[in-house]
Amino acid sequence: MKGLLTGLLSGLFSKRFLPLVVFIVLLVFLAIGLGLKPREVPSPLINKQAPAFNLPVLGQPEKMLSQQDLLGKVWVLNVWASWCVACRVEHPLWVEFAKTGAVPIYGLNYKDKRDDAIRWLNNFGNPYQHSLVDAEGLVGIDFGVYGVPETFVIDKTGVIRLKHIGPVTADALQNTILPLIKKLVGS
Amino acid sequence: MFKYFLSWVLYAAVLVLNAQAKEATPLAADPALEARVMVIAEELRCLVCQNETIAASHADLAVDLRNQIRQKLTQGQSSQQILDFMVERYGDFVLYRPPLKTTTILLWVGPFVLLTIAFAVLAVNIRQRRSAAPPAALTADEASRAKQMLADNTDHP
Repeated sequence: MKGLLTGLLSGLFSKRFLPLVVFIVLLVFLAIGLGLKPREVPSPLINKQAPAFNLPVLGQPEKMLSQQDLLGKVWVLNVWASWCVACRVEHPLWVEFAKTGAVPIYGLNYKDKRDDAIRWLNNFGNPYQHSLVDAEGLVGIDFGVYGVPETFVIDKTGVIRLKHIGPVTADALQNTILPLIKKLVGS
Repeated sequence: MFKYFLSWVLYAAVLVLNAQAKEATPLAADPALEARVMVIAEELRCLVCQNETIAASHADLAVDLRNQIRQKLTQGQSSQQILDFMVERYGDFVLYRPPLKTTTILLWVGPFVLLTIAFAVLAVNIRQRRSAAPPAALTADEASRAKQMLADNTDHP
């Protein structure tokens, strides 16, 4: 056994093959590294109850909305702000998505100014059932938000089932988010 | 007269600037508290600029999280409670010293595994060199040829 091991090791690490072996190992690591997205930190909140909140609705400050009010339906929480450039990139997709009427989208208007936010929605369209005003960003922290835009899919029991970090793409919407929503609505 | 006026203006300006400076950093009011905030913030990774601590980062989120730490400290929470609060929201990645568990085992053990492999390679190499047969002695023929070559060499310095 010991002889076999040393034989194998010395064979593998013989002067002739050593550079090739090192090169291949390096290549494998680099290939894996290319596929990783270090910016997308996996959220510990997946499959956990969505954090509690009770926030005023944008444009209707007297109306408050809590996570309790949204129990019983599948819904999408989209974190956005008028100062967020990447939000503009994904916004047309949400406007389109809202037209299908699949599930309601709620906005979390993150650390924004009221007037800017309202103007932004007037300019680019409002796909949201309501936007919740998180002026201090505290609910954002509870949701583990660190890069706006972020999107959560929340099921009928109020459990977070998916988090998408950064602007949503047509591909992610079609192939990940929509199938999940269909599954959740059906269940 | 004008001199007096000028000095009053300067004095007023200093007062205003002072007030503004205080407004910008109401947090430094209690240096001891601030030091505790920073000790905890040093343990946390900023998720926006991932190679900076929350203590060092100027990202908005880092400022907010420092405020959270400060608030929780004044509420009497322990540093462990605050670290747990952060991990619940952002995961183990937020900790600069991640805990030892199945998902982080490679992180902790990996370097030692590499070191062990390196030592194994070294040991095999050394053993091979030791066991390699010493070069055979030259035959009479080879010796004379070598002598000749060496002699030739002296002609062309």
